[in-house]
Amino acid sequence: MVVLRRLLYSQKAAPYLFIAPFVITLLAFWLLPLARTFLLSTQEVVFGQAAFIGFDNYQRLWEDRLFWKAMFNSARYMVLTIALLIPVPLVLAALINSKIGSERVKAVFKASMFVPALTSVVVAGIIFRLMFAETGTGLMNQIVGIFGLEPVRWLRIDTGGLIALLALAMWRWTGVNILYFLAGMQSIPEEYYEAATIDGASRLQQFFHITLPNLKPTIVYVTTISIYGGLAMFLESFMLYRGNSSPNDQGLTVIGYLYRRGIEQNDLGFASAVGVVLVVVIMTINLTFLTLSGTFKKESAQ
Amino acid sequence: MSAQPATRTKVQLPHWLHGSVQTGFLLVLTLIVLAPLLIMFVATFQDGNDVIRRGLSLDIDRSSLSLDNYVMLFTDSGPYFRWFANSILLTVVQVAGTLLVSSFVAYGFAVYEFKGKTALFIAVLLLMAVPFEIMMLPLYVLVNDVGLADSYSVIVLPFLAAAVTIFYFRQYFLGIPKDLLEAGRMDGATEFGIFFKIVVPVAKPAFAAMAILNGMIIWNNFLWPLLVLRSESKFTLPIGLNTLLTPHENNYELLIIGSLFSLLPVLVLFLLFQRFFVAGMTAGALKG
Repeated sequence: MVVLRRLLYSQKAAPYLFIAPFVITLLAFWLLPLARTFLLSTQEVVFGQAAFIGFDNYQRLWEDRLFWKAMFNSARYMVLTIALLIPVPLVLAALINSKIGSERVKAVFKASMFVPALTSVVVAGIIFRLMFAETGTGLMNQIVGIFGLEPVRWLRIDTGGLIALLALAMWRWTGVNILYFLAGMQSIPEEYYEAATIDGASRLQQFFHITLPNLKPTIVYVTTISIYGGLAMFLESFMLYRGNSSPNDQGLTVIGYLYRRGIEQNDLGFASAVGVVLVVVIMTINLTFLTLSGTFKKESAQ
Repeated sequence: MSAQPATRTKVQLPHWLHGSVQTGFLLVLTLIVLAPLLIMFVATFQDGNDVIRRGLSLDIDRSSLSLDNYVMLFTDSGPYFRWFANSILLTVVQVAGTLLVSSFVAYGFAVYEFKGKTALFIAVLLLMAVPFEIMMLPLYVLVNDVGLADSYSVIVLPFLAAAVTIFYFRQYFLGIPKDLLEAGRMDGATEFGIFFKIVVPVAKPAFAAMAILNGMIIWNNFLWPLLVLRSESKFTLPIGLNTLLTPHENNYELLIIGSLFSLLPVLVLFLLFQRFFVAGMTAGALKG
């Protein structure tokens, strides 16, 4: 009892009790599984029997055509989503933040843009799969038809599938990125703009010389989450193609490949190698970002 | 702004016109963004097989619209409301657990000095940005090894100490005056008493924002439950709806109306608590 009382009142012991759940989570659900994956990646697992085979899995991976295809698909998706999901929300946020136009319409617009982010990837995937139907009556083909074009077999061709994936990403994430940029814009002091206006700077000049430079931390942050969000994309493709296989594997991503080899085909050794490569890639990006943005310095200074 | 002197030679739109062009543009975009949901809503009045065969379409045969699907949903939708109840149960339990555990951890980081603090906090920062997808296989292997597949506990346990939530609470707790905590100690409260009696009540807005953020993520959670859950009676909404997409089930009416109906709780909460959604969603970006 006395020990317990001492413990409860002790400012020395308290922090360890408070952070214990995190330490346990870190060990049990992150570090141990990761170590295990690394171990598995050096083994060949057949019917639960593991044999050490060194770096053979990595060798196989390096020579695997499908792995590189999946890598290419993920990287392409990442680059294109960043190219779309930074500038577009940035401009829209600037419109919301401007002093012209109806405030009520802007509020409705902002809320509506956020609604798609409330949907699960399952529901969004079902809707987009049906919108990109290959029949002439599908919504996207009706739109294409307005321009006098023949119906497109969207999900059967590489570019069509890519467009559907990008449309889905745009639909779900534009509103969220608008919120990030708006939060950033609203923290820029009003005086900057007033001074610029007195100097005769146009709205466009103000956007490029005041808004953009001051938004740099937000842009860096959004870019970073888009990098790993893009590289780790899987479910969007999984839903659009109604499963993990697509014509000519046009929708296969790195995670999709990991899922196929590890979970569908139970080739744990090989899939673990895919996983390790991905962890290394993502952690490198992560550490680079945190170092560049000075987060480490800031945190240790506190 | 309107008093700005016309120092430039460039032709500029009159102010009111510029404003209405912008307003019109935003209205058109609003319509485009909501269109997929609106068309899906119209599809809930149509024959399911028809919608699947023809795709979501603007070309609608008005005579075919009926309330049949709604009657089906409430009288004959098989396991649908079971999945709905499962989703609600899981969301409520997991949100409550995550808030409790994560705020607890965050408090440890925010108010105390201890050995290993910096290293552990860097771990929090790193985990914040790791997509679940890369942990999918290691965790899947772990769960199968310990034989806990098909249980809710493995859906919940690994995510109770959630990095983003810990980070958000820590930022919030850093802003609470130390005097307040000291006063509690003077009154003879334990360190935990201080947390529950002083800190938690002060931090209500933070709890609201994180409840919304986590609630939304957990309600929509798909990949991990997909890997873990095996029996239909334990399915959550996203898992159940996904099974309806297979050609064998052939219950497309339920797929369509059930998908849309599953949005309802989140949509209602969003309309009621919009500002907490905004605060929660932008939580990660507070780093700047």
